[in-house]
Amino acid sequence: MEILPILSTLRRHKTTAFLVILEIALTCAIVCNAVFIINQRIERIHMPSGVDEQHLLHIALANIGAGKDEKARGEEDLAALRQIPGVVSVASVSQVPFGNSSSNASIKIDPKQRIATTNATNYFGVNITQTLGTQLIAGRELTADDYMDMDDVLSAVARHDPKAIPKTVVITQALAQRMWPGQSAVGKELFMSDYGFTVVGVVKDLVRPSIWDDSIAGYSMVLPMRVSNGEYVVRVDDPKNRERVLKAAVAKLKEINPHRVVLKQHLLSNMREDFFRNDRAMAGLLVGVCIALLVVTALGIVGLGSFWVAQRRRQIGVRRALGATRTNILHYFQTENFLLATIGIAVGMVLAYGINLLLMVHYELPRLPGIYFPVGALSLWIIGQLAVLGPAMRAAAVPPVVATRSV
Amino acid sequence: MFGYYLDLAFHSLRRNRVLTALMVLAIAVGIGASMTTLTVVHLLSGDPLPGRSQTIFYPQVDADTKNKDDHEPLDMLDYQSAVDLWSAGRADKQALLVQSMVRLNPGEAGATPVLTMMLSATTDFFSMFDVPFRYGGPWSAQDDQARARVAIITDDLNQKLFHGENSVGRTLRLRDSDVRIVGVLKPWRPSPQFYAVRGGRFADGDTSDFYSKPENIITPFFTGLDINDGNFQQFTCWHLPDKPGHLQNSPCAWVALWVQLNDGAKAAAYRRFIADYAAQQQTLGRFSHSGNTRMRDLMGWLDFNGVLPGDVRLQAWLAVAFLVICLLNMVGLLLAKFLRRSGEIGLRRALGASRLAVFAQFMVEAGTIGLLGGAFGWVLTLLGLWLIRQQPVAYADLAHLDVPMFLVTFFAAIGASLLAGFLPAMRACRVVPAWQLKTL
Repeated sequence: MEILPILSTLRRHKTTAFLVILEIALTCAIVCNAVFIINQRIERIHMPSGVDEQHLLHIALANIGAGKDEKARGEEDLAALRQIPGVVSVASVSQVPFGNSSSNASIKIDPKQRIATTNATNYFGVNITQTLGTQLIAGRELTADDYMDMDDVLSAVARHDPKAIPKTVVITQALAQRMWPGQSAVGKELFMSDYGFTVVGVVKDLVRPSIWDDSIAGYSMVLPMRVSNGEYVVRVDDPKNRERVLKAAVAKLKEINPHRVVLKQHLLSNMREDFFRNDRAMAGLLVGVCIALLVVTALGIVGLGSFWVAQRRRQIGVRRALGATRTNILHYFQTENFLLATIGIAVGMVLAYGINLLLMVHYELPRLPGIYFPVGALSLWIIGQLAVLGPAMRAAAVPPVVATRSV
Repeated sequence: MFGYYLDLAFHSLRRNRVLTALMVLAIAVGIGASMTTLTVVHLLSGDPLPGRSQTIFYPQVDADTKNKDDHEPLDMLDYQSAVDLWSAGRADKQALLVQSMVRLNPGEAGATPVLTMMLSATTDFFSMFDVPFRYGGPWSAQDDQARARVAIITDDLNQKLFHGENSVGRTLRLRDSDVRIVGVLKPWRPSPQFYAVRGGRFADGDTSDFYSKPENIITPFFTGLDINDGNFQQFTCWHLPDKPGHLQNSPCAWVALWVQLNDGAKAAAYRRFIADYAAQQQTLGRFSHSGNTRMRDLMGWLDFNGVLPGDVRLQAWLAVAFLVICLLNMVGLLLAKFLRRSGEIGLRRALGASRLAVFAQFMVEAGTIGLLGGAFGWVLTLLGLWLIRQQPVAYADLAHLDVPMFLVTFFAAIGASLLAGFLPAMRACRVVPAWQLKTL
């Protein structure tokens, strides 16, 4: 196919050609970035939690009117929950993954550091890792000897008495790598305020309850402290039993004390869904926008293609009369569209890169991976070809006899 | 002439219905998407106290001993600083604020208690923020000092508990204390819930919770501290508090102070006052540094916290880009449509129509498309806002089209289509009549 005659024709329709190119370029730039954001959101939605989500329930009771019997009441709750058929394990905890409320602390490698190395969340509660089902990859779990009562620890902190403060901690792999890159974390010491904690175990993953920065979403610690805040994690034997156990557990807790307020009762898998609902909504919206953009662009190409074909009927007729085949005419319009799309895509790639730079500054998005450029180009080429097919076929159907009319 | 052009426009639009539908649809979809998102931006970024916001300030001093002068102070005050500044009474109006979750016991025996958010504030809160009352009114400054057991409830809670009747004088049981209702608010929905905005710089754009509804129960500040002791949440602490939930005299930031300063001189004086206070506290050894005091006005504070959610802003940009693409599309289609009528234009010109007349004729046609697109776009905007109201976000109930945005929808649609029509109409009016007539 000769390209030069097409170019010289396009030169005589500069405005229209320019419009098509601009439209393709903008669409290309926006769709590339939108798809990238969609992928980011999907990745976020599937962020590993490190816990056995399909087997877990979460119940939180309002901790109001606390008294000395709080611990005894907590033990009573735990014992009652364990008796429900289908329950494998129960833990009284301070926070749960995707719970949206967390206790966080600055941690240091060296107590004399002025600026903390990083910030991590603190999980407390006897048996919490076993109940959540985190995967231990180095060292050991926390044991009964490590545990202390939260209230005792708080009063020890108030007295600045380091003896009554736990000495051990289990951390996540992500945190271990941040603190001691390339080394084994087990046996190392980390510092919170002025107190040192020896890392005795490393778990693969344990996501934070609230995530404000995705890059530190996996920075968690488990401290050996007993808590009884009326917040429980229940692990069941079979995901099918979750709803039944949850209902039974809430009924049981209400039976123990009918005046308590149940703040939260969830399946952990539903908590994850709620946690990421904004991301899901945004991803859905972006998919809608991408489809709408591609449809609008395709319709624009169809509209202009039809106009050009109508305008050039006589020219096509002459070419046909001079011996051009239907295929020649078809190819002419297809090549023309291919050329316009190619220029549009080239401009669009530069624009896409620019928009990505803006998003990197304002939305802390990572750099657009290279793979988006060829994939984006390919899809716009295909859409362009599909859109121009109709008008091109109509052009190919123009009979040579048109040439003889009204000349 | 306008009427005649309008006739011509409708005639031409009817001649090629598919192309017309395509253009109207493009404008409608583009306008619908942009107006939906822009309406949300407009509703979320408005001034919550129009005409007054420049006199409302949020003073900050920094008791955090781990912070330094070159860092931003914490977003809230420690108890002692807050109460010191408040009791100095140097501003025209001043209010201490703290929120907490409280147990509300319903009147009837046997019903289960509920947890609800309680705001505890000093009495200037109501006059400073123009809080509207349906029944009763604010408590007095003496009630603040005397830790009176009084409360004011919102219209929502009044509907729920007392079926909207005048409940002034009735009693509520909050945790273990009885409080007497002295006032009931009219429906009040500030957007954002500006007096509770803080921590936006740590939210990574996820700020939709700043648009939550106001708390259902408001008690005097010190009364709230008494009846709900042990249930207060810190913004942050630089050392562990001795007793969680009880934060007076703790190394924690958890109280907000808002002041009203009616003119620039007073604002400048108050700035000096808080700087002096911080310096004095440093001399006393309570502060480790005193150079990073701040006092932003209301809108400055909302800006600093980036109240507009990041996703909303992204959606608005996306929608505008979408509209631009729809317009480009329309320019192309109009160009095609107008130039196809070169013969007709040539004839009109030959019969004496001026270029301006031809230009006007085509602009009227473009404007007509815009009007139709605006009408459909308006329907799509209503649909889009309905969709937003179904979303699980705190600002969902705010998403309604107000009169200014309704007018903007039509002006935007017509303006956009006139803009799109400009180039094609220019090209059309420059058609050389002689060439066209030759080929007729």
